[in-house]
Amino acid sequence: MGPHSSPRHLDKTTLGFFLVQVLTGLSSAASLFLVAAGLSLIFGVTRVVNFAHGSFYMLGAYFGLTLVALFGDWFGRGHLSFWSAILCAALVVGAIGALVEMTILRRIYRSPELFQLVATFGVILVIQDLALWGWGPEDKLGPRAPDLRGAVFILGQPLPRYDLVLIAAGPVVLGLLWLLLNRTRFGILVRAATIDREMVGALGVNQAWLFTGVFFLGSFLAGLGGALQLPKGGADLLMDFTVLAGAFVVVVVGGMGSITGAFLAAVLIGQLQAWGVLLLPQSTLVMMFLVMAVVLVVRPFGLLGRPELVGHGRQMLDDPLRPTSWRFKGLVLLLVLGLAAAPLYLGTYGLVLLIDILILALFATALHAIIGPGGLVSFGHAAFFGGGAYAAALLVKYAGTPMALNLVLAPPAAALLAIVIGWFCVRLSGVYFAMLTLAFAQIVWSVVFQWGEVTGGDDGILGLWRAPWVRGRIAYYYLVLGCCVAGILALRHGLSSPFGYALRAGRDSPLRAEAIGIDVRRQQWAAFTLSGAFAGLAGGLYAYSKGSVFPNEMAIVRSFDGIIMVFFGGVQHLSGPLAGAAALTWLKDSLLRLEMWRLLLGLAVIAIVILFPQGIAGFLKQRFGRFVGIRSELSS
Amino acid sequence: MTGGPVLEADGLSKSFGGVQAVRGMSLAVAPGELVALIGPNGAGKSTCFNMLMGQLRGDAGRVRIMGEDVTGWPPRKIWRRGVGRTFQITQILPSFTVRENVQLALLSHQGKLFDVVTRARRAQSDVADALLQRVGIVGFAERACGLLAYGDLKRVELAIALANRPKVLLMDEPTAGMAPAERIALMELTAGIAKADGVGVLFTEHDMDVVFGHADRIMVMHRGSLIAEGTPLEVRDDPEVRAVYLGSSLDPEGP
Repeated sequence: MGPHSSPRHLDKTTLGFFLVQVLTGLSSAASLFLVAAGLSLIFGVTRVVNFAHGSFYMLGAYFGLTLVALFGDWFGRGHLSFWSAILCAALVVGAIGALVEMTILRRIYRSPELFQLVATFGVILVIQDLALWGWGPEDKLGPRAPDLRGAVFILGQPLPRYDLVLIAAGPVVLGLLWLLLNRTRFGILVRAATIDREMVGALGVNQAWLFTGVFFLGSFLAGLGGALQLPKGGADLLMDFTVLAGAFVVVVVGGMGSITGAFLAAVLIGQLQAWGVLLLPQSTLVMMFLVMAVVLVVRPFGLLGRPELVGHGRQMLDDPLRPTSWRFKGLVLLLVLGLAAAPLYLGTYGLVLLIDILILALFATALHAIIGPGGLVSFGHAAFFGGGAYAAALLVKYAGTPMALNLVLAPPAAALLAIVIGWFCVRLSGVYFAMLTLAFAQIVWSVVFQWGEVTGGDDGILGLWRAPWVRGRIAYYYLVLGCCVAGILALRHGLSSPFGYALRAGRDSPLRAEAIGIDVRRQQWAAFTLSGAFAGLAGGLYAYSKGSVFPNEMAIVRSFDGIIMVFFGGVQHLSGPLAGAAALTWLKDSLLRLEMWRLLLGLAVIAIVILFPQGIAGFLKQRFGRFVGIRSELSS
Repeated sequence: MTGGPVLEADGLSKSFGGVQAVRGMSLAVAPGELVALIGPNGAGKSTCFNMLMGQLRGDAGRVRIMGEDVTGWPPRKIWRRGVGRTFQITQILPSFTVRENVQLALLSHQGKLFDVVTRARRAQSDVADALLQRVGIVGFAERACGLLAYGDLKRVELAIALANRPKVLLMDEPTAGMAPAERIALMELTAGIAKADGVGVLFTEHDMDVVFGHADRIMVMHRGSLIAEGTPLEVRDDPEVRAVYLGSSLDPEGP
């Protein structure tokens, strides 16, 4: 990093260096802006946070790759052929987005937000497998744009020529979008729907086509972003999640539904990345988070955003908590006894699977407490699961403390993380909360991933040996069984305590809760922390069951697994997470042997969202509840 | 503070953009007194109410509860000073039973919101039932609140509001959406409680039968300001009030 930084030596080289840095930042803002603008548009009109938006971006890159090659063969490798291939790739992705809207999302606009989020997650899984099937597992190098190879020199400093295209792309697309939104009938409808969707519907606008159109446009933008960055970044199967966290940060910082806000935020984040790589290469993601945190503390709805309109979507009502009947208690006892006897009838493989199920059931129950009774959809609970796992592993690595102590310390470590993250997150609700938790979890993940000297980075931490008294698999199974049953019962009890009631009151009616003296945010913050602690216990147990930890334990996929377990089981039911954890683990275990298990799992998720919204526990309650003395009152 | 007003407001003002919704409203409610705040739509009643309850921060003016300045406090703190409220559109906890709705208010009153050990369901169910008895819905105690009829929900709200032994009750259109017979019953119940416990009640209302039949004192707002105040008889004969309400019947006996 040669140049002098003292202002006395601000010579030509230094100036050139600064300029090139700024331009590099602007070029990396382009893709981020395109993806975020699409995400923001779609959210503004349909109120759907499209988690699959990163997948559309990835598809844009892959289709771009194929079409550039194809058009190159057909029409030669000139300008026209290259750029029309990029544009066609974006159009194809736009069409795919419209198709997803028409076949899946249109059926669930009236469902609670969580259902839509989960459905788009199903789409992510499906697209992942389709991309793998279509383009293979290897990372692809992007094609070069004609006549844009090499670099230009700015005051003696090199800048890749293609970056100039990207730098121009952002403002050009922003300008075109402005024209579209302000000068066309479609644009007027989009802006009107962003402000008041119901009113636009009441005025007789065909909402179905408006929504499909917006999905087409939003997906087109994501596809364009993916295709445009090809010469710079190529295509790989991880880009969907990589871009998603960045795009969320941009959308949240810019303000959801605001295109100009997204542009400003993308430029800001782009500059941050360009300078961060230079100054503190280990901390680019952390700095991104810090900017977001500052913006959200000052302006909770982003730079140019509006407060979220509440009251959309159908609220699903829980049944009141009834005293547990003796029959149900007997059933639970039978289940626990059956589990305790498992080593008698299960082999090693079955036992390992059962350990996984128990640990994930504890994780899901902790997550459910905040999603169900808390009414806050956390998309970042993996941070606490992984936090507990890493706390135990780091203690082993650096302090050599024994297992029992590490398992005791894992929950408070995770709780500490939850206190910090929760402080920011409970200021928001609904989709803002979901996105913020996801972004925070990504930050934690990136710290673990990037800070290799301490955490081992991608190689993880090995050598978590269990204490002699639980070295055997069966002994450890009993430890896990004891901890998980105790943890789940404690969580259940907590929800029936005054604390749990006050939490639920904040979800049922914030106005009423406040009017009877409940500080809703404080209640949510405390619940978030407790939930994090239990997730941390699950993480600690998991680490010792595997003997090692990897950054995967806190990746987005782990958070999504938690959400899907809660959802499979039925959000409105306290026993849901248990059923969900068993179902998902079993389903994954059986599907993993198949070639395209993600595709099948994704389709299963989508099917359940549409056909089976009350979940397994809800279904069981309706069908068999009367045998154990429970009935459905409000839930259905 | 015996004898003094339980609720006082001085010079409350609020504007939204260029519209002055409330200008210089002052009022006082004595213990055991039922005061009606009336006025045509857009007169500023709800804005005034929301400022009293801390839901909305005023541009100017002070609010005092039992002599203590509570201006700018959040609703939960004002509630802790002894102010119960009911909402224009009922706000209850649908996934709780009727009894639990009241129990939670009782638990909050006792500062037990962070208790994770005991079971909320068992807390003070007798006190809760006594309150439900008082408002006449103890028979529904075990029902999920989400299943109740609208008129009964209004009674649940009243029971919740009484849980912290309030000195002030703020009721925003307490009888909206109820059948005429129910309206009279609810207001008689409220008046009885106010007299028995020395609670000062401030309510807004569109139903003139309710207002003239139950209020001790009536305050009339028009375009953000107080234009008349007095006993039902005085207000009925006020020429300015008649002008404002021209075309709508202020006279319970008919025009």
